[in-house]
Amino acid sequence: MNQPSTDELLHAYVDNALTDEERREVERWIAEDADSARRVRAYLEQNLGLHALYDSVLNEPHSLDVRPPQRRAANAPQWLALAATLVLGVGIGFGWRSWQGGTYGPVTIAREAALAHVAYVPEVRHPVEVPAAEEKHLVAWLSKRLDAPLRAPSLASFGYQLLGGRLLPPTDRRDPAPLALLMYENAQGKRLSLLVKREANNAETSFRFSEDQGARVFYWIDGPFGYALAGDIERSELQKIARGVYQQLNP
Amino acid sequence: MAESFGAADLEAVVPRLRRYARALTGNREAADDLIQDTLERAWTKRVLWQPGTDLRAWMFTVMHNVFVNGTRRSRATVSLDDMAVEDVGAAAATSVETGVVLAELARALSLLPEEQREVLLLVGLEQFSYAEASEVLGVPIGTVMSRLSRARERLRILLEAGGAGVDRQAPLRRVK
Repeated sequence: MNQPSTDELLHAYVDNALTDEERREVERWIAEDADSARRVRAYLEQNLGLHALYDSVLNEPHSLDVRPPQRRAANAPQWLALAATLVLGVGIGFGWRSWQGGTYGPVTIAREAALAHVAYVPEVRHPVEVPAAEEKHLVAWLSKRLDAPLRAPSLASFGYQLLGGRLLPPTDRRDPAPLALLMYENAQGKRLSLLVKREANNAETSFRFSEDQGARVFYWIDGPFGYALAGDIERSELQKIARGVYQQLNP
Repeated sequence: MAESFGAADLEAVVPRLRRYARALTGNREAADDLIQDTLERAWTKRVLWQPGTDLRAWMFTVMHNVFVNGTRRSRATVSLDDMAVEDVGAAAATSVETGVVLAELARALSLLPEEQREVLLLVGLEQFSYAEASEVLGVPIGTVMSRLSRARERLRILLEAGGAGVDRQAPLRRVK
């Protein structure tokens, strides 16, 4: 900056943008100039007032849609296109029509699991928001957000360790429940995603399966939760693990 | 493949966008419309975001552009009355020893030209540095400084006049 004007210095003082030396200088000068002092006080009060007026907005719930616009699928990132293919697979494989008009649950969760799996499994740095080291915190946090007690099943007997979890925004406006994603990893670095969400109807379904583009999903509804286990491992292996999850959650 | 942002990253920025947009438009619906447009714009411009740079600042830049274009298309303007009442209601629970009457501040804010209001809020509320504000708004730092100075001085005069400046525009409801 060129030689700052006294006006600029006053604002920079209010905005905490001065070096220590400049700040002391401005303070000396404010002490002797009542008009400058009055202005500084007024500006600081304006800032406080703005925070008093608008900070509460930070904690307000909202219904904004942060997802990529579906109708612009042609320009959408690759994983979305891939996920769209998966949805199609689910639709064809399991009679999309039979679910329309009735409950959306199983098809929705299979699609969401496919989306989440394809989106987060390739993440090297941030596949999860809360690491498994904080499992208690993770489970408590996700339970609170889902508004129901959640458990993270152990997949150790299948060679998979819990990597951590994250909360996902709902992907369907008609079904605005948040989704919990738990991610597991084996010694070879293969990852599985377990997606859990609250289901409105306390229904129960059998295991259902969908597969496309290398990602396979087993999904089912059990009481208040819908589950979907996604991975790119053998179908029989994935099914075994899905049964293991089911059994652990229904001892 | 370079990592880009995802829906969860945008979700993390939304609270800040909402606070700013609310103060800028003075109205919840207009603010959320602005943000929804901004989110959609961000997805279509996704390749322009450079991984590793501040996504929040980039989103504010996108929102500024949407806001400026939207204003030209005559985005719904809000009456001063609606503006002050809604937000003062929200803030009523917060008691602050500021000496500034919040209702008057909200009204005075709505009287500022948009370009001054933007600078004032980016710096005073969102704590952007002058350099960051200059990038978000696409104007030189000198312009940021002069707009900021005019905005604060105008607010000060309006508030010191005890709302007299507002009186002429709308019936005043003092909040004591």
